[in-house]
Amino acid sequence: MAKLLLEKVEKRYEGFHAIKGVDLSIDDREFVVFVGPSGCGKTTLLRMIAGLEEISGGDFSIDGVRANDIPPDKRGLAMVFQTYALYPHMTVAENMGFALKMAKVPKAEIERKVAHAAEMLQLDKVLARRPKALSGGQRQRVAIGRAIVRNPKGFLFDEPLSNLDAALRVQMRTELVKLNKQLETTMIYVTHDQVEAMTMADRIVVLNGGIVEQVGSPLELYHNPANLFVAGFIGSPKMNLLQGVVSARDDAGADVKLDDGGSIRVAAANIAAAPGLRVTLGIRPEHTALAADGEIGGTADFVEHLGNETLVYVRRPGEAQMIVKADDLAGVRMGDPVRMKPQPARAVLFGPDGKALLRREFHLR
Amino acid sequence: MKPSLASRVVLATLAWAAALIMVFPILWMLVTAFKTEGQAIAIPPLLIFTPKLRSFFDATQNAGYLLFALNSVIVSVGATVLAIAIAFPAAYALAFFPGKRTEFTLMWMLSTKMLPAVGVLMPIYLFLKNVHLLDTRLGLVAIDTLMNLPIVVWMLYSFFKDIPHEILEAARVDGVGPRQQMIHLLLPLAGPGVASTALLSVILAWNEAFWSINVTASHAGTLAAYIARFSAPEGLFWAKLSAASVLAVAPILVFGSLTQRRLVRGLTFGAVK
Ligand SMILES: Nc1ncnc2c1ncn2[C@@H]1O[C@H](COP(=O)(O)OP(=O)(O)OP(=O)(O)O)[C@@H](O)[C@H]1O
Ligand SMILES: [Mg+2]
Repeated sequence: MAKLLLEKVEKRYEGFHAIKGVDLSIDDREFVVFVGPSGCGKTTLLRMIAGLEEISGGDFSIDGVRANDIPPDKRGLAMVFQTYALYPHMTVAENMGFALKMAKVPKAEIERKVAHAAEMLQLDKVLARRPKALSGGQRQRVAIGRAIVRNPKGFLFDEPLSNLDAALRVQMRTELVKLNKQLETTMIYVTHDQVEAMTMADRIVVLNGGIVEQVGSPLELYHNPANLFVAGFIGSPKMNLLQGVVSARDDAGADVKLDDGGSIRVAAANIAAAPGLRVTLGIRPEHTALAADGEIGGTADFVEHLGNETLVYVRRPGEAQMIVKADDLAGVRMGDPVRMKPQPARAVLFGPDGKALLRREFHLR
Repeated sequence: MKPSLASRVVLATLAWAAALIMVFPILWMLVTAFKTEGQAIAIPPLLIFTPKLRSFFDATQNAGYLLFALNSVIVSVGATVLAIAIAFPAAYALAFFPGKRTEFTLMWMLSTKMLPAVGVLMPIYLFLKNVHLLDTRLGLVAIDTLMNLPIVVWMLYSFFKDIPHEILEAARVDGVGPRQQMIHLLLPLAGPGVASTALLSVILAWNEAFWSINVTASHAGTLAAYIARFSAPEGLFWAKLSAASVLAVAPILVFGSLTQRRLVRGLTFGAVK
């Protein structure tokens, strides 16, 4: 059991306000990912949860018990560091068994636990090696193994995959998610990679400049970004953002007149906008089609053939560039004039303050 | 461009000359140690003579060389063990739990080395007298420990600084206490650094003369005090003094050269990594 609750949690370094009041509730067995740009406070927040960094304000509790002043070793959490932090002078087995040995756990029991973790992580063949003689992925798994043998209530990961190559990273992602289900423990995972966040999380916490921008499931964040920051951060390639003014409003949606001409329909039931309001219209590249009758015009600046899809970067004079995810056989060439058509049921709107003006219900079929 | 032959010759000559000037007194001491007292003061100085071990006998016979040598060993090793034992946890705290005053503390410790030792001779002498530690090994160990402590803390601190914090933090999260961290992680990881710190401490304590001469006599005197005895009121006996000096510095020179590689590596460890 590990239910974590953060209430108005703050971190003030000398001369720097790193975490500015974070409210967050993490359920038992949940896989939560902290994501955000570099320097937004992900590591700081994780270290505060681990007990390695003092909490300057607010309350933090584990399973209903205030934990602000509980030392790290009494919190029942295990942490895996970005640098792995393996003990270089110990073998893999010794690394994994060290904490238990220090806690005077009987030798036979240590061996049993280490063997079990090693098997789970496919480290049984390298138990006698030193970290120096391991690959990045193996080191990574030793660091996880070291956490597992302690049987913690929760795991804290700080960008554990960032030192691995792309293929291994993809493999380890799924393994970590499996581990979460297998061990039935809470996991908090820090990354600056939104793809990692999307693929692994039960819930994503988007951090920016020491505040929580949004908390939600990957699909929630994808479909209903709460603000422009999340809209731009989640999703790859980035969501297109177009400037305009609401020109008409009815029960089924609104029409937005774009600054560069063209009127776009946004279909949604509850849009908090009246005609005349300046808005930013967000539409993802995969929800925009190339069509002869498209409302938005431009010139194909660059065409990226990725095989399964084709990305068309469209230049619009005086406006931000747009990206369209087109059919792989669209046949658009650099310099071609193109017209683009957003799907009305996928477009989102943001007000002048950058906050979302609508929230879509989405149903998984 | 490679320097010309001429400039290389000049440079080499200069370097050798400088080196010779610096080691000359030591070489001369070595040579004099093998002379008789008469040869030692001969003018012009004798360069060709039959080496004699006479002075070494004289220097060790009545003067109790072995006791002084033993004192040197006990005091330098004792002071080193004690200094490391005290400095190790101190450096651990300074390096891994820095606070607002860490820098000040470090500077303050170093600043104590700026005070000339003679400035505190009186109070320390009286203190030792009152606690009956004058002319005892324990008293000298205590003084040498305290003398070297700032340097030992500084060195250990800089070695500890090179160890990634996360390694100890990982242990901390896993419930490994400070003492266990120091013994099982810090000591092996900073092993070479601790070794060279200890070596330096031994050498400093061995060569320490001021306190040894001033607060010890025939019981706890180290080899530094032993040499000083030969500048007796009845006049200088150069051959004997030289022999005594050779006997005093020989052990530490041998020790130093045996451990030189480790020492140099330790001292440059942080800088070149
Ligand atoms: N000890 C410190 N003193 C002052 N400021 C600090 C300290 N540690 C971190 N910070 C600042 O706090 C902010 C958050 O740092 P943090 O390491 O949590 O970022 P992060 O989100 O983990 O970034 P990254 O993705 O680069 O790891 C940064 O701006 C950083 O400069
Ligand atoms: Mg970080």
